[in-house]
Amino acid sequence: MKTKGKSYYLIPYYLWIALFVIAPVLLVVYYSLFDLEGKLTLNNYVNFFTPVYMRMMLNSFWYAFLITLFSLLVAYPAAYLLTRTKHKQLWLLLIILPTWINLLLKTYAFIGIFGSFGPVNNFFDLMGLGEQQILFTGFSFVFVSVYIFIPFMILPIFSALDEMNLSLVDAARDLGASGWTTFRRVVFPLTISGVRSGCMAVFIPALSLFMITRLIAGNRVITLGTAIEQHFLVTQDWGMGSTVAVFLIAIMALFMILTGGSRKGVRG
Amino acid sequence: MKNTRRVKNKNGIANIYLVLVFLVLYAPIFYLMYYSFNSGGTMHKFEGFTLDYYREVVADTRLMIIVINTLVIALLSSTIATIIAVIGALAIQHVRSRRAKNTLLSLNNVLIVSPDVIIGASFLILFTIVGIKLGFTSVLLSHVAFSIPIAVIMILPHLQEMSPTLTDAARDLGASRRDVLTKVILPIIKPGIFSGFFMALTYSLDDFAVTFFVTGNGYSTLSVEIYSLARQGVSLSINALSTLIFLFTILLVIGYYYLNQRKNRPAVQIAEPVAEAGVPR
Repeated sequence: MKTKGKSYYLIPYYLWIALFVIAPVLLVVYYSLFDLEGKLTLNNYVNFFTPVYMRMMLNSFWYAFLITLFSLLVAYPAAYLLTRTKHKQLWLLLIILPTWINLLLKTYAFIGIFGSFGPVNNFFDLMGLGEQQILFTGFSFVFVSVYIFIPFMILPIFSALDEMNLSLVDAARDLGASGWTTFRRVVFPLTISGVRSGCMAVFIPALSLFMITRLIAGNRVITLGTAIEQHFLVTQDWGMGSTVAVFLIAIMALFMILTGGSRKGVRG
Repeated sequence: MKNTRRVKNKNGIANIYLVLVFLVLYAPIFYLMYYSFNSGGTMHKFEGFTLDYYREVVADTRLMIIVINTLVIALLSSTIATIIAVIGALAIQHVRSRRAKNTLLSLNNVLIVSPDVIIGASFLILFTIVGIKLGFTSVLLSHVAFSIPIAVIMILPHLQEMSPTLTDAARDLGASRRDVLTKVILPIIKPGIFSGFFMALTYSLDDFAVTFFVTGNGYSTLSVEIYSLARQGVSLSINALSTLIFLFTILLVIGYYYLNQRKNRPAVQIAEPVAEAGVPR
C-alpha cells in the first residue's frame, strides 16, 4: 500500500515509453497514409504491391536469408569449438571485441580489401584468375554483412552450448549413436534456442541494412532499409518511406510471434 | 578417453578453424591500422612509413569538433539514459501483475529489436512534428531514447536478485523511502548501473543509422562523418582515425573489465546482455 500516489518518480520512464516507443510507431503508421502532396490516401499501400517494391522485398528477404544462413554455418562450429577451449571466457571476449569497433570502420576496411588492387584481387592475380570485380556485388554485400553479424550469432549459440549438459552427449555416444546422429538428435535440438535468438539477432537487422549496402554494394543491392533511407532522406517521400517501414515492422512482429510461438511449442 | 589419437587430430582441425575465424574477424581491423602508416596514400601498396595522416587528423579542427561532439553526446546521453533506466527498472520491478509486467518489458524491448532505420525514420518524424530543430538536441534525445532499454535490461537482473527482505528490513528499521533507495537499493544494483552506463556509452559512440536520420546540416558525429568520408572513397586519414578509435575502444574495454573485476563479477556479464540486445548499431 505504500505505492499509490507516490510513484510520480516513475514519470520519466513512462514518458519515455509514450514518447519514444509508442508515439513513433503510431506516427509511422499515420504518415504512411499521406502522399507527397500531403493528401490522405491509400496509394502508398497500393504502390507497395507493384512489382518494383515486391521485387525489392523479395531481394531483401533473399539477402537477409543468405546472410543469416552463412552466419549460422560459420558461427555454429566456431561456438562449439569455443566451448571446448581452455580459456573460453577469454576467447569469447576476443570474439566480442570487434563488435565494439565502429561498424562503419569495419565496413570501410572492406572497400580497401575488396578493391581492384586490394589483397583479395592480388591473390586472384597470383592464382592466375586475373582481377575480379568484387566490390559492388551481391557477394561482397553478403560477405561483409556476415562478417559484421558473426559475433552476434556466436554469442547466443555459445551460451546455449555452454549450458548444455554434456552427460547427455556421452549417453548418446554410449548408446551407440554416431557423431553426426548425436549432433543431429541431441546437441542441435538442445541448443535450438540459441540458434533461434542468433538468427533473430541477424535476420532482422539484415533486412534493414543500408550503410553496408551503400558502401559495399553500391546501388546494386536495394533492401527495405535502403528504400526507407532513400525515401526519407533523398526523395523526401515520407509517406512511401513510412509505408515500407510499416511493412518492415509487420514482418518483424510476425517473425517474432512465429519464433516466440514455436519456442513454446518445443518446450511443451 | 578411449581414442586419444582421434581427439587430438580433431583438436588440430578445430584449432585451425578457430584461428581462421579469429583471423577473418581481426584482419580488416589490422589492415586498416597497417595502411594508416602508408605514405603512398592508398590502401593497397605500402610505400613507406609516415605519421602524416595522424598529423592531418589531429590538425583537422572540424574533425576534432566532431570528436568532441561525439564524446559529449555519448557521456551526456548515457548518463541521462542510465538515470531514467534505474527508474524504469524500479518501475518494472514495482509492477505486481505478471501481465502488466510482461507488457512493460515488451514495450521496453521494442527499441532494442527494432531496426535502426525504423528508429531513425520514426524519430525524424517525431522531432519534425514536435518542432525540435535537427542537431544537437535531436541527436541527444534519440541517443537517450535508444540507450534506455538496454540499460534497463542490464540493471533489472540485479534488482531481481536483490532479496525483498532487505528493503522490508530497512523500512522496519525506520528508513525513509529515500533512504531505502539511496542506502540499500542503489548500492546493491550499482554493478548493473555501471554496466548499463557502459553499454549505453558504447551504443551511443557506435550509433550510425539513427544519428544519420536525425542530424541536420552542420551537426555531425564521428560515425556520420566517417560514412560521408567513406562514400567519397579511400582516404588514409580515416585509417588513422580508426586506429585511434580502436586504441580508445581497447582502453575503454580494459577499463570496464578492470572495474568489473574489482567487483568480482564474472566476465560473462557483458556477453549475455549483448547477445540479448543482438542488434549491432
